[in-house]
Amino acid sequence: MKPAPFKYTSPSTITAALDLLAENAYDAKLLAGGQSLIPAMNFRLTQPAMLIDLNRLDKLDYVRVANNNTVQIGAMTRQRTLERNQLIRDMLPLMSETLPFIAHSQIRNRGTIGGSLAHADPAAELPAILVALQGRLRLRNRMRERWVPAEAFFKGIFTTDLAPDEIIVEVEFPSISKGDGWSFLEFSRRKGDYALMGVAALLTVDSQGVCRSARLVYLNSGEVPTVASLATGLLEGEKPSGILFEAVARVAASDVIAPTANIHASVPYLRHLAYSLTKRALEVAHSRALASVET
Amino acid sequence: MSEDHQIIVTVNGQKYQRHVEPRLLLSDFLRHHLSLTGTHVGCEQGVCGSCTILLEGEPVRSCLLFAVQADGRNLTTVEGLSDHNGTEAGRMHPLQEAFWEAHGLQCGFCTPGFLMSLLPFLEENPSPSEQEVREAISGNLCRCTGYQHIVDAVMLAAGNMIAKDGSEES
Ligand SMILES: Cc1cc2nc3c(=O)[nH]c(=O)nc-3n(C[C@H](O)[C@H](O)[C@H](O)COP(=O)(O)OP(=O)(O)OC[C@H]3O[C@@H](n4cnc5c(N)ncnc54)[C@H](O)[C@@H]3O)c2cc1C
Repeated sequence: MKPAPFKYTSPSTITAALDLLAENAYDAKLLAGGQSLIPAMNFRLTQPAMLIDLNRLDKLDYVRVANNNTVQIGAMTRQRTLERNQLIRDMLPLMSETLPFIAHSQIRNRGTIGGSLAHADPAAELPAILVALQGRLRLRNRMRERWVPAEAFFKGIFTTDLAPDEIIVEVEFPSISKGDGWSFLEFSRRKGDYALMGVAALLTVDSQGVCRSARLVYLNSGEVPTVASLATGLLEGEKPSGILFEAVARVAASDVIAPTANIHASVPYLRHLAYSLTKRALEVAHSRALASVET
Repeated sequence: MSEDHQIIVTVNGQKYQRHVEPRLLLSDFLRHHLSLTGTHVGCEQGVCGSCTILLEGEPVRSCLLFAVQADGRNLTTVEGLSDHNGTEAGRMHPLQEAFWEAHGLQCGFCTPGFLMSLLPFLEENPSPSEQEVREAISGNLCRCTGYQHIVDAVMLAAGNMIAKDGSEES
């Protein structure tokens, strides 16, 4: 058999899961969609002594609106469920646009939002989206709960602020509002592969078409999702145009991101991809922002 | 250290009760414990798609699930296809027929995974465009056909299935 032996538990309440985790924090692993954990176990890259399967926690599978302008998503909500959800399409269109880029539908049928964020792969899409939208995570252990903002959560490659006895129970995102435009673009060698480079762009304009804020977040451009505020600063207070987008893309691609070369792509090539994707993403986000103030 | 668990799973409408070690992958359970060898095992890391089956009607990788997780659940494997949609037992599903007709397979290793990915796809999109078909099969690798004949087969199947539904209604 491929994976090493382990003890299997499948608690039916969050409290029971938290108790099990507290008692076995250093030997146990939480099992969500299993789409990153099980491949790693099949290779015996990881050999947890115990799995705490979260798949019976139906209570962690939901999408709901709070205070009219916040979307709360249960950690065990599948990527495929989010992709098909109308509320997400209306309130978090950036996330909707991004989800089909994650692996394949068969993987998204199992993979969860909580698992993807906890796994913290620098090439993954959802961590970049959480940082782009400035969302936050609700973490719980047996004793207490705490909220962690996106940027404080990601600490390094596959490393987060989660303590060994904590579970992500919910992820919260602010909804889109009037004047916001968005775009997500990535380049991968084959459809469904992890991207070589990807960028999420957000841009807000006022009724005069002046850019009030902008945000660019890159995947695979450092150990954690990389925010290019140095570059987007150029847009604020301006009525942006193609030339300005090119300048912003150049600054982001050459001065902000720190991609590492791999067997398929050199650093200059990755920076070139970032430049092209950024320019296009900003143009799309801008036209969507303008369309939203015109209506 | 890792004691067996008793599970009850329904596969292609038939109930099975077995004892399994937690680390047993669902793909190996189907093949070695239930002798349902139609589900093929390729990469065992979720990439190739040959082990794709339906879990409660949704396509998933059976190499990325443990058999214990299937306790109490409904599965469909390629063996269940010939009965699907009430076709008489022993007769191929129109999707299988179309693969045969249009040369959608050569060695056949990847075929069960393609079929199981496509079945729910065609239910959701009865008359897909060629582009949509290509998107739908993007999670399944085939090393023989170059995909063109697979796309042809799906288009043929979609047409045949619609024609058949129409004739049944009239
Ligand atoms: C072929 C293939 C291609 C893929 N391509 C992509 C891709 O292009 N982009 C992408 O982003 N991903 C990709 N993935 C990964 C996929 O998105 C995973 O589903 C995701 O990374 C992990 O989510 P999961 O629910 O499957 O978590 P699991 O694999 O179950 O768990 C991952 C880790 O997170 C921990 N964990 C899970 N849930 C919680 C929680 N609620 N609280 C605390 N810790 C938790 C687990 O203990 C484990 O350490 C791919 C996977 C495969 C197999």
